[in-house]
Amino acid sequence: MAQMNMIEAIRSGLDVVMDKDPGVVILGEDVGYFGGVFRCTDGLQRKYGEHRVIDAPIAEGGIIGAAIGMGVNGLRPVAEIQFADYIYPGFDQVVSELARLRYRSAGEFFSPVTIRTPCGGGIRGGQTHSQSPEAIFAHISGIKTVMPSNPYDAKGMLISAIESDDPVVFFEPKRIYNGPFDGDPDKPAVPWTSHPKGEVPEGYYTVPLGSAEVVQSGEELTIVTYGTLVHVAQAAAEATGVDAEVIDVRSIFPLDTGTLSDSVRKTGRCLVAHEATRFAGYGAELAARIQKDCFYHLEAPIGRVAGWDTPYPHAFEWQYFPGKKRMMAGIRKMMEEA
Amino acid sequence: MASKKSRLHIPRPTARPGEKPDFSYLNLSPAGSVDKPPVNSRTRDIEYLSEDLVRVLDEDHKAVGPWNPAIDPDKLQVALRWMLLNRVFDDRMWQIQRQGRISFYMQAAGEEAVSIAQGMALRPGDMCFPSYRNQGLYMLRGVKLVDMMCQCLSNTRDMCKGRQLPIMYHSKKANIYSISGNLGTQYPNAVGWAMASAIRGEDHIAASWLGDGSTAEADFHHALTFAAVYQAPVILNVVNNQWAISTFQGFAGGERRPFAARGLGLGIPGIRVDGNDLLAVYAVTLWAADRARRGGGPTLIELVTYRGGAHSTSDDPSKYRPKDEWSAFPLGDPIERLKQHLITEGHWSEQKHEALTEELKTEVLAAWKEAQKAGTMTEGPFLDPATMFDDVFAEIPPSLESQRRYMLEIESGE
Repeated sequence: MAQMNMIEAIRSGLDVVMDKDPGVVILGEDVGYFGGVFRCTDGLQRKYGEHRVIDAPIAEGGIIGAAIGMGVNGLRPVAEIQFADYIYPGFDQVVSELARLRYRSAGEFFSPVTIRTPCGGGIRGGQTHSQSPEAIFAHISGIKTVMPSNPYDAKGMLISAIESDDPVVFFEPKRIYNGPFDGDPDKPAVPWTSHPKGEVPEGYYTVPLGSAEVVQSGEELTIVTYGTLVHVAQAAAEATGVDAEVIDVRSIFPLDTGTLSDSVRKTGRCLVAHEATRFAGYGAELAARIQKDCFYHLEAPIGRVAGWDTPYPHAFEWQYFPGKKRMMAGIRKMMEEA
Repeated sequence: MASKKSRLHIPRPTARPGEKPDFSYLNLSPAGSVDKPPVNSRTRDIEYLSEDLVRVLDEDHKAVGPWNPAIDPDKLQVALRWMLLNRVFDDRMWQIQRQGRISFYMQAAGEEAVSIAQGMALRPGDMCFPSYRNQGLYMLRGVKLVDMMCQCLSNTRDMCKGRQLPIMYHSKKANIYSISGNLGTQYPNAVGWAMASAIRGEDHIAASWLGDGSTAEADFHHALTFAAVYQAPVILNVVNNQWAISTFQGFAGGERRPFAARGLGLGIPGIRVDGNDLLAVYAVTLWAADRARRGGGPTLIELVTYRGGAHSTSDDPSKYRPKDEWSAFPLGDPIERLKQHLITEGHWSEQKHEALTEELKTEVLAAWKEAQKAGTMTEGPFLDPATMFDDVFAEIPPSLESQRRYMLEIESGE
């Protein structure tokens, strides 16, 4: 085992699969010589060469489109989109091509592309470096969408994603690249060395896609969340003194409904939380599903904590971000209901 | 060519950190050597303009050749002042970011002639669709330094009401579009604006800017296609500053043909110009504007320059390019070149230059003091967070109104 932050864990995951499978190639803006603006591919071009870690032109549609072609021709491409906010020029290639290739060719063609992209706010990135567009991808049939919340899962899920024959959009919450974040920006940053999930095996292992994790068990309330908000939820639950069970969804699609319903049937109360905008957000899917599976066990309507339905404002980052205060208010409200 | 296997070409810059800068790949024409054709020339007859390099200032700092715009010395002194102000402003804001007093910054060091010369060649009614290194345009068109600083501070005087990263300015009054932050998106918007100008029977033209790296984006190609099809009155500028963060211009296809030649297949004339020669940039822009206003359609201008500083305050260029590359750049520094020209012509001096630099530093410092009165990141007055729900729509929908109320309730609680 080694201590790794999320960047190092992602790099280690890439290294392990590249070493194991010569068909794995990386392409993206600044990923090669420079090693990525967040350093996730640092050193990989030196180790695996320029034909496997490829600096790309600034063209997200080109990166994803070319990755699809490489995948069709026997490679296993990992495309990096520098910020999730920049993924939209490649959206048509994801929705119309990558997601449907297997279906429309009745299984004859497929392209096992993994798209890695940093998402989320909390880094003073303004409206073009802070978005969480996972619901938009979750809505597309034919792609898997995941978002790990810690170094251990990041590496294990990334290896699973790359080895999957289905395309995967792999969101990396950049606020927690260097350490868990409990949603209070005034507190000093905490490194991953302080967290058990900062312990990461150096070699090969996988965390399967499609499995949620109970990160904290409790009896009074279930908080269903993912990404940065896993840590916010834990801190907020502690601060309120509510005995909350916190579930890290991890895999947005496929969704591990069993883990969610087992928990909510037990606690009878459920709060769904994500950083993305609320309206038609992924929380709506979670709430609908949990309501269906746990209706007769619910003691209160399912609650939601989410980003406001506005673009991400630079100056009001901490009023926008569903941080500790808002999460605590959401928890308290859940406990007052019915 | 003996190999029977296909081969993947990986572009490599001529020098990496620790190596000697090498700009031998740049095709440089001597100043004054490129013909200036009539503005109504057919694209096929002026293809040389996209391969050669239009230059006016020669090695002896003299203005020579057919493209010499013969600008009055007074006006050139004004241009020098604007470029210098851009540099001094950027230096100050960079320091301010380094002190943690703004979240982010991007400087135009080495590229000041682009915004200043082109801004001067355009008319006030022409609409600018800038990239994030065109701050000079805002200054030139009368946006106050203090207002630009307040935008960078996201304070109570911020034109963006705290919604944008620093440097993402806009000014409807000055006819400068809002900067997006996503790359190249403004290019087709500029073409559409120009099409509307023609539809409305006006003689205003549009101009847009993006970097060499952004020419890879689909929006660049959309813009060229629409501009060519409808012969839109637009000037499309590619600021080839050699570097797109860590990737050199070869990764945008600059190894094969100049960026100026990108439009030729669509019948759009291209002009490759020394982007650090204010006189040359001014002259080619005037030519393209004249052509557009006379119904001649779009022109693609490639401004060959060098990104003197880091991509942004989040970047460290010493990791991917030689530290002394800027000083080795054969087209030099646009400010120094115009200064030397004016000195050579007897209209400027080192003393005047020094005095002007000091004057501008004082002006910028005064603006900074003024800007801080409207709030900083740590000290008030602060913008009212309730305003974050405004302007999502023309009228706030009930769902957002209720989120606003809830946000205020949470923020006032605890």
